[in-house]
Amino acid sequence: MFDALLKVSNTYSMVVGFAVIGLIMWLSYWLSAKLTSGRIHGSAIAILCGLVLAYIGGIISGGKHGLMDLPLLSGIGIVGGTMLRDFAIVATGYGVKVEELKKAGFVGILALLLGVLSSFVAGVAVAMAFGYTDAVSLTTIGAGAVTYIVGPVTGAAIGASSEVMALSIAAGLVKSILVMVATPFVAKYIGLNNPRTAVLFGGLMGTSSGVAAGLAATDPKLVPYGCLTAAFYTAAGCLLGPSLLFLAMLAITGQ
Amino acid sequence: MIIYGVTLLAVCTLLGVAIGQLLGTLIGIPANVGGVGIAMVLLVLVGSTLQKRGVLDLKSEQGIEFFSAIYVPVVVAMAAKQNVYGALTGGPMAITAGIAAVVLGFALVPVLDRWGRESQSEEQTEAMTAEESRHV
Repeated sequence: MFDALLKVSNTYSMVVGFAVIGLIMWLSYWLSAKLTSGRIHGSAIAILCGLVLAYIGGIISGGKHGLMDLPLLSGIGIVGGTMLRDFAIVATGYGVKVEELKKAGFVGILALLLGVLSSFVAGVAVAMAFGYTDAVSLTTIGAGAVTYIVGPVTGAAIGASSEVMALSIAAGLVKSILVMVATPFVAKYIGLNNPRTAVLFGGLMGTSSGVAAGLAATDPKLVPYGCLTAAFYTAAGCLLGPSLLFLAMLAITGQ
Repeated sequence: MIIYGVTLLAVCTLLGVAIGQLLGTLIGIPANVGGVGIAMVLLVLVGSTLQKRGVLDLKSEQGIEFFSAIYVPVVVAMAAKQNVYGALTGGPMAITAGIAAVVLGFALVPVLDRWGRESQSEEQTEAMTAEESRHV
């Protein structure tokens, strides 16, 4: 019987994905209205549900892709895959006001550079506190705090050990997940309620999945502004990590 | 027709992502250089031009709006496929580094916001920050 069900879920995996996600959304908006009387946004609860399910999926399957590693639910991976995600993000751009973007243009670029730099410095400082002293490990872990893509790209380029690479990926994952969860809660304290600060937020945080989910849970209207700057972040990190930032770390540590 | 909107969205996405990929290859980094951002700018520019000329009708716009509206569910699905287990078992150093980066980023949002406004217009900013401090 299970095999028969599995056959259906394999053939219609994307449909299963939409059905499951729809149910999660419905449950989350219901919880939001009943338990928090709308104070915590339904999409924030839904994203949190997604992360909790990913954690459970990780425990059950031992894999790296959360709920997607469970055979019955592999379709969630298609719905939440890079292709549909980027397609939907670009679609949100249709509501963008060009004047708002122009106003935030220069500060947006500044945010991008400062975002990469600040995350890197934070990662390096923590790595130092935990006893790392060599430039290669420090740079790789710092780059991981930029995003979980910049970390391994940088580490591979400068020859980091696989343990350090794993640490740097984990640091980037923590960042991305924390941005998803925390953004709706800190939004009002950091003034994240207009296109301008959304552009800055995207540039400073960078992690595309974190920014995409964090803004979706805060206010979907802000999504395109944040995602626009965040789109350039990983590239900026990959560019700076193995070059300027590594050289700077070499100069500082002397090894 | 709805498909016209979807096609416009698809063409903009493909063009943007392709340009981003080419840029990445040209600079020699293994990442897409702002593909999604370029695609969005394309959609904004082309979309508004077509709208002004009256080429895009309501039905075509619905094709774009559908994918825009399905954005939050797609993000929930994306959350469900993250390696949360890996992140939480990555050890105290990885967790601390991730938290530190996020806290610093959050803290910089209001700082940069103020800087940018100051460079725009000094007088206006003074009034604004005064108002802001009252709010805080």
